[in-house]
Amino acid sequence: MKRILALVGLAAVPLAVLGVFFVLPVSGMLAEGFWVDGRFDPAAVAEVLTRPRTLRVIWFTAWSALAGTTVAVLLGVPAAHLLHRRRFRGRGVLRALLLVPFVLPTVVVGVAFRELIGEAGPLGFLGFDGSAGAIIAGLAFFNVAVVIRAVGAAWESLDPRPAEAAAALGAGPAHVFRTVTLPALRPAIVSAASVVFLFCATAFGVVLTLGGLRYSSVETEIYLLTTNLLDLQAAAALSIVQLLAITALLFVTSRLRAVADPSLARTTARPPRVSRGDWPSLLATLLVIVLVGLPIAALVVGSLQVGDGWGLGNYRALTTVGSRDALLVPATDALVTSLRTAVDATWMSLSLGLLVAVIVTRRSHTRAERRVRGLVDGLFMLPLGVSAVTLGFGFLITLDEPPLDLRDSLLLVPIAQALVALPLVVRTLAPALGGVDDRQRQAAASLGAGPLRTFVTVDLPIMWKPLLAAAGFAFAVSLGEFGATSFLARDETPTMPIVIFHLIGHPGAMNYGMALAASVVLAATTAVVMLAVERLRVPSLGAF
Amino acid sequence: MLAPTLAVVLAASACSVIGGDDDAGKDTSSGAASKRVVLVTHESFVLPEELQRQFEKDTGYEIETRASGDAGALTNKLVLTKENPLGDVAFGVDNTFASRALDEGVFAPYAAKLPEGADEFLLEGDDDQRLSPVDNANVCVNVDDTWFADKGVTPPRSLDDLVKPAYKDLFVTSGAATSSPGMAFLLATIAKYGDDWPDYWADLMDNGALLTDGWSDAYQVDFTQGGGKGDRPIVLSYDSSPAFTIADDGTSTTSALLDTCFRQVEYAGVLDGAENPDGAKALVDFLLSPEVQAALPDSMYVFPVDSSVQLPAEWAEFAKQPTDPWQVDPADIAANRDDWLREWSDITSR
Amino acid sequence: MLTLDDVSVAYDGVPAVVDASLRLEDGHVLAVLGPSGSGKSTLLRAIAGLEPVASGRISWDGSDLDGVPTHKRGFALMFQDGQLFGHLTVARNVGYALRLRRTPNAAARVRELLALVGLEGYGDRLPATLSGGERQRVALARSLAVQPRLLLLDEPLSALDAGLRERLANDLRDILREAGTTALMVTHDQEEAFTVADRLAVMRGGRIVQQGDIAAVWRAPADAATALFLGYARVLEGAAGGVLLRAAGLAGADAAVAVRRSALVVADSGPLSGTVLSARVTPEQIRLVVVVDGIGELDAVARLDTHPATGDQVSMVVDASRLAVTPTRH
Repeated sequence: MKRILALVGLAAVPLAVLGVFFVLPVSGMLAEGFWVDGRFDPAAVAEVLTRPRTLRVIWFTAWSALAGTTVAVLLGVPAAHLLHRRRFRGRGVLRALLLVPFVLPTVVVGVAFRELIGEAGPLGFLGFDGSAGAIIAGLAFFNVAVVIRAVGAAWESLDPRPAEAAAALGAGPAHVFRTVTLPALRPAIVSAASVVFLFCATAFGVVLTLGGLRYSSVETEIYLLTTNLLDLQAAAALSIVQLLAITALLFVTSRLRAVADPSLARTTARPPRVSRGDWPSLLATLLVIVLVGLPIAALVVGSLQVGDGWGLGNYRALTTVGSRDALLVPATDALVTSLRTAVDATWMSLSLGLLVAVIVTRRSHTRAERRVRGLVDGLFMLPLGVSAVTLGFGFLITLDEPPLDLRDSLLLVPIAQALVALPLVVRTLAPALGGVDDRQRQAAASLGAGPLRTFVTVDLPIMWKPLLAAAGFAFAVSLGEFGATSFLARDETPTMPIVIFHLIGHPGAMNYGMALAASVVLAATTAVVMLAVERLRVPSLGAF
Repeated sequence: MLAPTLAVVLAASACSVIGGDDDAGKDTSSGAASKRVVLVTHESFVLPEELQRQFEKDTGYEIETRASGDAGALTNKLVLTKENPLGDVAFGVDNTFASRALDEGVFAPYAAKLPEGADEFLLEGDDDQRLSPVDNANVCVNVDDTWFADKGVTPPRSLDDLVKPAYKDLFVTSGAATSSPGMAFLLATIAKYGDDWPDYWADLMDNGALLTDGWSDAYQVDFTQGGGKGDRPIVLSYDSSPAFTIADDGTSTTSALLDTCFRQVEYAGVLDGAENPDGAKALVDFLLSPEVQAALPDSMYVFPVDSSVQLPAEWAEFAKQPTDPWQVDPADIAANRDDWLREWSDITSR
Repeated sequence: MLTLDDVSVAYDGVPAVVDASLRLEDGHVLAVLGPSGSGKSTLLRAIAGLEPVASGRISWDGSDLDGVPTHKRGFALMFQDGQLFGHLTVARNVGYALRLRRTPNAAARVRELLALVGLEGYGDRLPATLSGGERQRVALARSLAVQPRLLLLDEPLSALDAGLRERLANDLRDILREAGTTALMVTHDQEEAFTVADRLAVMRGGRIVQQGDIAAVWRAPADAATALFLGYARVLEGAAGGVLLRAAGLAGADAAVAVRRSALVVADSGPLSGTVLSARVTPEQIRLVVVVDGIGELDAVARLDTHPATGDQVSMVVDASRLAVTPTRH
């Protein structure tokens, strides 16, 4: 009992933050749907679920997310092999660049994609524009990096000897992969796939932009219902579906993940060079480079186009407010705002994430305690699965009375971004923390070191790299966050994605070019941060 | 490689938002509260800094802007928070959403003195003038005249023309469910074709119309004169858009079809329950002042309601406004929006 | 003085330690001996404050330790594999607790401790460069640095190879004696227990089945199973036990008798005779299995200069000091 109390004490701060900035707003919005004119009316919500349109939307969300996840896994696993188990020149740069899409604002990616696959684009002949295929390609574009990271981290530290033993027993490479390597990688693949599925199922911009409005997902439907039709019953019904589906998913994957995590048995063997036998991974990596590289290349090319010629004019224009004052502040100021906000979001998600990681990785003494820890683990994943618009509206209607009158607080944007980054931070820190031998802490404690001193002596020397890595991740996520930020950002201090959105939403060739240039700057900033993190060589970076 | 990261982090944290930004103090100092007027608006709101400073100097009020979401999100935000409003004054509710806001009692009456010519933009049914018109813009089909000249094809002139085989696969528009100009275009077709509008839309889709998420996708990516140089020469945009496609020879490469337009009017109003109603009224007056009215075209790409204001040169020459745009009664819009959008979605995703 | 009164510890409702009572006077070294899974490590962790006690009381000099966190108990804990802090040098590892307490002259004390464990001059090395035995010595020095009220040793030698283990066990005993440290050591190895400790507690199935002075426990195992665990080779029940006792010249009643492997010695003549079943030469003596008339199969030893072969008839004498009469349990 006392241990559970201690657990709750440790969890108090993150739980309070989650309660105030997530549970409260979301339940506020759900309540708006369930209470019609002050009367509790769940029937109206239930009725929504029987509408054919609702069912169609749910069905599309499920299968498109599954397809996007499948593509991301099929491309990501072999690419992870090449990028994490083979050695070649430029590997670090490539790994960092592949993470860039993950943090690019969807509005820009949508434009970049459509420049390629639109009727007039170089890939227009594929007839991909406005098809479900385009949506799935877009989903894979955003998420393949997650698979590469997560699986690559596990693969990198996999003990190679079982595979060698199998080979010595006469198993061919394919057989070794199927019987030895794949089972060992399963937890990593499952958890990566589950997070990617979450990202896919809650994707917003990709579905709208690339689907040519022919497709609706649960997320886009909630957005339209809430902001356009103010049909809060229907929105509440879909939000409940989302929450239930995500809870179920987290439950299933926590079971599948419960196999001993192979990434903890770290090895430091130097990876071999690429050989002819690596052709499947080479092929997959090339496909990934094409998938990720082409839209980014389209962005870069577009940003360098000035009138009918080429030049850096769009980049120089970033220090202005755009042609005819399209912006209140120059894009460079917005970059500074973005960086400042990202610093705040980073320290917030890092401190919360560290506490959560400590809570979920400490050894449990009883089954009840283990359940509580599992619950905490799942709880902090939930923000991934709730629509930004539900959260945004929820902020406005629930955080409006003292002592929680936070609607105009400057903290709201970094806090919202920190919540978005939190699951990633926890998933980066938890494996590393879990890999620390608990007896080291006990040894320190028995020598008279208190909990804080123990943490500094035992955990910190092992944790500082994962901490920096998680910081990089949170930083980049915050730099790219658009959904919640656009809802909360105040006009005087727009962040970079908001400025890009502004620029691209106004006519004038210069504004368009500036939007692309600003995106390239944002992408480059992200890549630099990721590259710096990459140099730290943290095996569990981004491993969910 | 570690050093640059740390340098960036340290440099940025030295001036992080929380770490002693002067804005933070402004919010909490209670003395300033009565002098503060909070403007709730949509994300497209932009006004030159100097004008805002001038207002603050003239009236002693300090403007604080909360800008986020589009017109729809703004309206619904105001409705949801009407018990405890987000600010003192709202700008950006348009004639397609205004009825809902009025029905829900979001705005308090304030009969601001309107500039010359603004009367014609007053909202139908707003009898005690809760909303004051600030700007207007017409959503019109635009064509790329150079493209049609090159091909030797006569450009379309009307909504009827868009379903003709000559213009097959040439039209791109943003969707009604996801964008405000798209909604305006749907309303134009409803105004013109009445109950037969679904048939028109079915023909339009059969004729290869391309739907996009938002205005920027349609104009910037698919339109032949947009930033991305697409391949469709007919696009849904605004009556002011031709002023932005001026070629080196000083003529515009595009024009708006003035028979296809739906007029959008944006309103400002004092919020019911505002903490600072006097400041709110002053801010509405400010938005109607000649200085702001004159700044609207360049800042927000819209026409002023004040007919005496001088337009920028390109606007005067190339941004032609329709004399008799299509209109739908705001009350009808409020009553039927959901049904129309559902039916429209069914037709276009068929 | 450490006192345990009816201490029970459970994992998830499954009892690991049941009603354990112990006392350990200052200056003594107690070995808790038990097979793996007997609950001995759990008991040690409970004393260290690493496991919550389900019921009962652990106290030091009469004051209850319940609620006192590990780092405030003043008990140093030494693990099987040392658990040195890999990023700190040997000297910094040893001086860890001294720095925590801001002890003056810590450097001198560290040198002294390194000398005590026989590692002079190792101060600047990193743990990764040390052998297993050296690492354990460093861990020991680290634990002793603050002169803990009680030193808890969790299988301190079992990760080492046989020869090293024996040598280090002797060193450990000498170091503990010299420092006058009160210590509680958990082990599954009776040799190690006999070498290092002066008190012994035997655990089985979560219970302490016997405790006392090490020689006393060794001479009189509480039951057959304890006897076998303490290194007795066989336990004879009923009539066979009586035969053996009489051959040893002890009281004649039938009883359960625990017999060490070397209790029977082949001699030219003796009270027992039997047929050799197998013979195996070791460096010190020949180990035999003999079918003893009136008893059955028993172990015996012979001097290296004799050459008993399978099937030979031999006579044997009994070394009474290598027998223990145990109470029979019904």
